[in-house]
Amino acid sequence: MKILVCVKRVPAPGARINITADGLAVDTAFLGFTTSPHEECALEAAVQLVEAGGGDVTVLTLGPAAAEEQLRYAASVGATSAVLLATDGSDWDPQRTARAITAAVADLEATGGPFDLILFGNESADSGGFQVGIRVAHALGRPIVNGAKGISIVDGTAEIWREADAGREVYRLPLPAVVGVKEGINLPRYPTMKGRLASKKLEIATVPATAEPGTQTMVSLRAPAEQASKTVVLGAGVEAVPAVVDLLESLGVLR
Amino acid sequence: MILVVVEHDRGTIAAAALEALTAGARLASDRDDVVEALTIGASADALADQLATYGAAAVHQAHHDLLSDYGPEAWGEVVAQAAVTLRPTTVIATGTDRGNEVLAHAAARLDQPMVANCIEFTDGDVFHVTRVRWGGSLLEEAAVDASPVLFTVAHHAIEAQPADSPGAAEPRPFEPDLDPSLARSVVAERVERVAGITLSTAPVVVGGGRGVGSAEGFASLQELADLLGGVVGCSRAVTNNGWRNHTDQVGQTGTRIAPDIYFACGISGAIQHWVGAMASKNILAINTDPNANMVTKAGYAVIGDLHEVVPAISAEIRRRRGVN
Repeated sequence: MKILVCVKRVPAPGARINITADGLAVDTAFLGFTTSPHEECALEAAVQLVEAGGGDVTVLTLGPAAAEEQLRYAASVGATSAVLLATDGSDWDPQRTARAITAAVADLEATGGPFDLILFGNESADSGGFQVGIRVAHALGRPIVNGAKGISIVDGTAEIWREADAGREVYRLPLPAVVGVKEGINLPRYPTMKGRLASKKLEIATVPATAEPGTQTMVSLRAPAEQASKTVVLGAGVEAVPAVVDLLESLGVLR
Repeated sequence: MILVVVEHDRGTIAAAALEALTAGARLASDRDDVVEALTIGASADALADQLATYGAAAVHQAHHDLLSDYGPEAWGEVVAQAAVTLRPTTVIATGTDRGNEVLAHAAARLDQPMVANCIEFTDGDVFHVTRVRWGGSLLEEAAVDASPVLFTVAHHAIEAQPADSPGAAEPRPFEPDLDPSLARSVVAERVERVAGITLSTAPVVVGGGRGVGSAEGFASLQELADLLGGVVGCSRAVTNNGWRNHTDQVGQTGTRIAPDIYFACGISGAIQHWVGAMASKNILAINTDPNANMVTKAGYAVIGDLHEVVPAISAEIRRRRGVN
């Protein structure tokens, strides 16, 4: 089974997100970076499927040269090939991103054969467009289901389940297929020492990303208005407990 | 005409659908236009009266054998065909998993942009929206040049309100032409949820973070939750440590909660967690660090060790119940 996992490098914010002076980007001067959480789980799902049934995992990202860090991380937990669609690091709209990834998949498949499964995260942590995977799947003519909390391969079919308000929905997609994965499908592993060493030797195929921009344009970013909140400190330690229970009574939750 | 895609599950309308319709009605009145609804599958035909109350002038009722249950590709194809046939200027859907999914499928087919999770929108030479990023901790202003404009309304951003004058909700059959291959992504099987309190609907959530220290440390949180008819939640750090299952995770990539009170015990309050907890009506932070983000953002706080404070709260509740 050949699996492609598409991941995104995103800032790892702590308690607040600062914006650059021009209002066009998150100020990442003091932030680390990580793989968007849903995609970290997509990668783990791919590695588990290959461990169980054979095959290999390729990881692809569209982003700045520094996104090499996320590709090497992917290699340290089991991906064996990596592709960087290099941009100048500016914010690409979803249509443009999907066009570039679709073209890259076509190129990869022309030389390396088709991917049985292409995995995306359900949505990226930072821009949250909820669509790149769907656009790529449609352009490739493959079925896609988002929100996957379970993937198993049964007789050439990807059996997917996901949570909905009414309960679990089960889908059976004929391969090749595309799946948008949600965090919670698994608990991603940590890299082993062996994995870390392997990741250093990983050869990354770097290709300049090219695609026509879409027609949704970011004008600016801003923080939402902070709700003026003044914390009422009910006390320190167990001495605060009577005040806590008084509060519960006044809120009507102590039935 | 503004077209609103009505999210429903085998005939049961989603709360967010009425928010989307309210948004559509508002936009229609701003530009002296009409709002119409699109329901997908015969099981939703009975929703017409309700949609009238919220201002729908007409309800396009899509019928096809492939639409007896939900399928993201089939639904997206119906919306795309409706956009081509009915020629709306704007198509609005719900900012939910299903709404975003369906509209993205439609946008891919129409090769138009799709703007997810908007909280404000203004018409003009160019359509302007404000949308949420980072689960709501950052806002993006965007300009959209598209025909039709496709966007989803962030859940809870707009309160559903019946229209001043109800619409006629005139039923109009819509017969999409669906390729049989679209059956490949229709729901194949279901496991219905067992009735009971869930994290997203619980009136009380007792959440624990890194400060709880271990899986066993959650016993006192569970005890308090049980006393109050609530459930236990946790932060992403806890899930990553394997102390709790991901189904208990509150946050951007977990569950959004909105209880009457949220006990945030030993939780620092990173963005990832905060956006899942911020809709709580009251938050009580219990933390040894008075400067923790969760403490400064919460309405109430106890500065102290959760391992002492939480069992003491349970004991005090029992004591008062015993006395009363």
